[in-house]
Amino acid sequence: MPEINMVVNGRSMRAEAEPRALLSDFLREDLSLTGTHVGCDTGQCGACVVHVDGVAVKSCNMLAVEAAGCEVSTIEGQAGPDGTLNALQQAFQDHHGLQCGFCTPGMVMSAAALLKENPTPSEAEVRAHLEGNLCRCTGYHNIVKAILAASGQDVSGIAAE
Amino acid sequence: MYNFEFERPGSVAEAVAALKSEEAQALGGGQTLIPTLKQRLAAPAKLVSLGGIAEMKGVCLNDDGSLSIGGGTTHAEVARAAAAHYPALAALAGGIGDPAVRNRGTIGGSLANNDPSACYPSAALGSGATIVTDRREIAADDYFQGLFTTALDEGEIITSVRFPVPEKANYQKFLQPASRFALVGVFVAHYAGGTRIAVTGASEDGVFRWSAAEEALASGAALDGMAPEADGMIADLHGTKAYRAHLTGVLTRRALQAMA
Ligand SMILES: Cc1cc2nc3c(=O)[nH]c(=O)nc-3n(C[C@H](O)[C@H](O)[C@H](O)COP(=O)(O)OP(=O)(O)OC[C@H]3O[C@@H](n4cnc5c(N)ncnc54)[C@H](O)[C@@H]3O)c2cc1C
Ligand code: FES
Ligand code: FES
Repeated sequence: MPEINMVVNGRSMRAEAEPRALLSDFLREDLSLTGTHVGCDTGQCGACVVHVDGVAVKSCNMLAVEAAGCEVSTIEGQAGPDGTLNALQQAFQDHHGLQCGFCTPGMVMSAAALLKENPTPSEAEVRAHLEGNLCRCTGYHNIVKAILAASGQDVSGIAAE
Repeated sequence: MYNFEFERPGSVAEAVAALKSEEAQALGGGQTLIPTLKQRLAAPAKLVSLGGIAEMKGVCLNDDGSLSIGGGTTHAEVARAAAAHYPALAALAGGIGDPAVRNRGTIGGSLANNDPSACYPSAALGSGATIVTDRREIAADDYFQGLFTTALDEGEIITSVRFPVPEKANYQKFLQPASRFALVGVFVAHYAGGTRIAVTGASEDGVFRWSAAEEALASGAALDGMAPEADGMIADLHGTKAYRAHLTGVLTRRALQAMA
């Protein structure tokens, strides 16, 4: 089996994997980074979103070998080394942007990609950007609110629903 | 999915050579092929990734005013880089799937796959684009040959697609919200020589030009109330044949309105 190297959350990591290994499985099973969730395994739900060389991808729809030599960021790399949540994660907690939490790693990684590109998105832009991230619990309102809050915008006027 | 050998060549020439081996298949962004492999609907012995081929990426304006897009260019890159040159095409690319799909999926993969509900085939046919491969150039009018069927030979690679830039164009996608593909999509492009109308998502034969409407426009007639024949349209749980035929008329009129 070939050895696959990649830099994950700033650390050089490697493991042997078959060419057919998906990036999601490689992260979860070979690198033991189980924060990345697999909801559908068909490219529909977005629970598995990670960043590869700075752009959001569905890791269940990409081969691990295709990410060889790349910089990969996952949900595990979002909080500080002492576990302090970053602003986006904290906003999800403050605004009840999660219930069961299954979709949350993908939601946070998709939202982080949006805020990098567009630091103060409108509500409509947030909703459009999350088109590929499904949540079965929250009804999305509080996720959208959390992302707007994390972008520094005033959300006091948006009622909890 | 079954296992396979994997190669990631750095040039088109190397990729063409790698694809000569028995049961080898090209891998673009994998947004269609990986789900297909998971379902074991395809079982190539070797995958040849086109992702490492720099010469197949990017958008460039040619001296004659046409726009060339590398076959390995992602939908996200087309949405960004074509916006200034061909806004309707950029908008179509920016409306495919979702952001993560657009960061991986490529124009070459979409046109090679020729899904009957995909967006790009309507832009290529509606623009009278030229599909450029490692060995020849194919006019869009000759390229699309029915559901998931194209003029491509075994192992042939789409290296770029050349779009004549129209005076005006518009794409209307009626979203199928579960798949995020087009339930029906209509691409209308106005050139000095006339208006081209290409329809995706509607016909059992895949993308097609709605010639009757093109001719009506050429003769100065309005398209009010016009729709293509319902016969030969796709019928599924999302819509009947008549519904898709009706949508084709409505979306064409919306596109023309948006262009006016
Ligand atoms: C959730 C989701 C939503 C989507 N929504 C839409 C949508 O709204 N509209 C839409 O149009 N599409 C949609 N797609 C499909 C998407 O656009 C795919 O990216 C595209 O159809 C295939 O491109 P790819 O680069 O991923 O190709 P791959 O999946 O890698 O390959 C597809 C086929 O093309 C061949 N191939 C790949 N590249 C080349 C090339 N350069 N030359 C020759 N053959 C090649 C492969 O061998 C394979 O047979 C969606 C996909 C997903 C997962
Ligand atoms: S697990 Fe990857 S998109 Fe659902
Ligand atoms: S919080 Fe449960 S799926 Fe989103």
